[in-house]
Amino acid sequence: MPEQLLFGAEVFLNGLMAGVMYALVALGFVLIFKASGIFNFAQGVMALFAAMTFVGIQDGQVPFAHLINAIFGTKIHHFGWELHSLAAIFLTSLVMICMAWAVQRFIFQYLVGQEPIILFMATIGLAYFLEGVADLMWGAEIKTLDVCLTDNTCLPQGINQLIDAKTYDWFGYGFFIDNLDISATLVAMLLVTVLIVFSQYTKQGRAMRAVADDHQAALSVGISLNYIWILVWSVAGFVALVAGIMWGAKSGVQFSLSLIALKALPVLMLGGFTSIPGAIVGGLVIGVGEKLFEFLVGPMIGGATENWFAYVLALLFLVFRPQGLFGEKIIERV
Amino acid sequence: MKKLILITTAALFGGTVAMADLVFPSLSYRTGPYAAGGTPFADGYADYFTLINERDGGIGGVEARVIECETSYNTEKGVECYEATKGEGALVYQPLSTGITYQLIPRASADGIPVHSAGYGRTSAVNGQVFEWIFNYPTNYWNGASIAVKHILELNGGDISDKKIALLYHNSAYGKEPIPTLQALSEKHGFELDTIAIDHPGQEQKSQWLQIRREQPDHILFWGWGIMNQVALQEAINIRYPMENFIGIWWSGAEIDVVPAGAGADGYKSLQFHNVGSDFPVFDDIEEYVVKRGKAAGAGDQIGTVLYNRGLYSAMLAVEAARTAQELHGVAEIDASMMRDGMEALMMTAERMASLGLPNFGPTFQVTCENHGGEGLGAVAQWDASAQTWSLITDFIAPDLEVIQPLIEADSMAYAAENNIELRCN
Repeated sequence: MPEQLLFGAEVFLNGLMAGVMYALVALGFVLIFKASGIFNFAQGVMALFAAMTFVGIQDGQVPFAHLINAIFGTKIHHFGWELHSLAAIFLTSLVMICMAWAVQRFIFQYLVGQEPIILFMATIGLAYFLEGVADLMWGAEIKTLDVCLTDNTCLPQGINQLIDAKTYDWFGYGFFIDNLDISATLVAMLLVTVLIVFSQYTKQGRAMRAVADDHQAALSVGISLNYIWILVWSVAGFVALVAGIMWGAKSGVQFSLSLIALKALPVLMLGGFTSIPGAIVGGLVIGVGEKLFEFLVGPMIGGATENWFAYVLALLFLVFRPQGLFGEKIIERV
Repeated sequence: MKKLILITTAALFGGTVAMADLVFPSLSYRTGPYAAGGTPFADGYADYFTLINERDGGIGGVEARVIECETSYNTEKGVECYEATKGEGALVYQPLSTGITYQLIPRASADGIPVHSAGYGRTSAVNGQVFEWIFNYPTNYWNGASIAVKHILELNGGDISDKKIALLYHNSAYGKEPIPTLQALSEKHGFELDTIAIDHPGQEQKSQWLQIRREQPDHILFWGWGIMNQVALQEAINIRYPMENFIGIWWSGAEIDVVPAGAGADGYKSLQFHNVGSDFPVFDDIEEYVVKRGKAAGAGDQIGTVLYNRGLYSAMLAVEAARTAQELHGVAEIDASMMRDGMEALMMTAERMASLGLPNFGPTFQVTCENHGGEGLGAVAQWDASAQTWSLITDFIAPDLEVIQPLIEADSMAYAAENNIELRCN
């Protein structure tokens, strides 16, 4: 096989993997938008907040330690425990549920019936507030993230040896595929399956879909909007936790993590704001598109094309299909 | 009305009191995406001034006052901070951002307030004939590129004509700074230069590292910042790139950059323009006069880290320039123009650093009217993942001024021509 073709195939595969990582972030946006019509600007910060809370709980860090010490003159920083990753995930999920309740109780309950732009502005405020709370709770330093089931079974990183060896045997060139990306793909598959099963086969899931389809009709059959929105924000919080863990494993958990939202926007534009499969397919198309463009055209124009090309690709799709690949068709009757 | 008069009088009185201080604004970033890097620097900067006040009673008997203003590493906010604090009698600005520095160069020059960008900002500001108010001692990015190449030359027995060096850089004015120098050095030494850009913020770098994997450069020079650093380290480990051949600029060489990557980051190198660790007498004083008195900045948990030391070093240079200004003008209460004179006459000798409790903490250098950048020395540090420490593995190395000086001349003269600046120091 010609060398360039092999390189291209490797780039294609890595693009697919990167796309899964983008889709993980986009999923949270889709869930909330679908159920409540709110474009949640705070989704990236939620991923940051969830990941910081996960590390904080796992490492036994005392939340708001600096604040407590400053007020009371104490010197407490740690509880002295080290929690198992699964326990930390569970406790973080509880924190995200509390956050969902608070968001609904103190913000969106008062904004029911407001224009979408007002709701969007509220999520901007929420993003900055959450960022500040995360800073106060856990501090601004970069935290190392270790997700392990047992001492020897941790979230793997680095080149997958098997794929490297096999492709070398077949083509004389070993493909690079990151173990973390493979894990992210498996986790994303599991997550999407769980979400689909939840929304199709559980009472709460069906209620969520009913609210997404028609708020007023759902209300008329006795579904509590308040409860469903808390549920949706909780699920989005859990998705944010998964995204935060996967992205945080690459770079450590730090405040820049909130910027992963920028990677989700073109995915949403392309896949549609209301479709879970759209988020996945959109992620894959954006991932592959930007990587191949960088590989084929990047060197001719100075490189670093990925950020803007993702948006160009999304805009192209928007021109021909404004609702995105899988979005609901916009029909307005006069 | 009476109340208004009272408030005005109080403000005027407050203003008079403030004039008795030596004001050093600190454009810090303790929040936002770059907070992890900005916080230790701001702590080190503040703690050194606290030490000077607590131990020595100020600079020449006048208390130093640090006004901290949060920029979040955002250029617009940085300019707002400058405008908000310059009226307080600011002596010198250290913007801690190349973007903010570029914005402040014309403003501060017009206002007559010196700007000091140690190891960042506009490299050609070295030329004091053109940039009267701007200083960038002890070194700059072009010197950094040259020092890194010198180190690579040393590793390869002085011949790198058959080597390939990749520059992996933040796709911004900062990241592009070393390119002209490296191109000139590539011509001089015959190595092949490959430049690879990473867009801000740099969370996703797969394309760049696949390219590196394909092209197999012998050495990588890295101009990154923020999350870009941690991701690059992890990706380098992923493709099993030899860490000892991976050299970051000083903004890509702190503990926060390497710790998240774990044991795999062992052997990674970075340039430094000051020493690392806390094994210097000044840290005993900081413990005694700052920490024990409960006056440490922030949480007091960054002392001795690379970026804390950089903040401390920057503050020390400001204090020494103020002292020099006081000696030059024979007054303790100096203003910004006197401070500028002090900066232009600053001489950091080994003896002076030792007397400050900082022996061999930074390179020796002398600032002159023509040269606002000093001799431009820098050192190479290496990360030991098991000990979790950085160590300098070279002495402070001089850059190749034969290559850099003409570049500085060309760039600064072009700036002078564009802005109708009359050359000084004649």
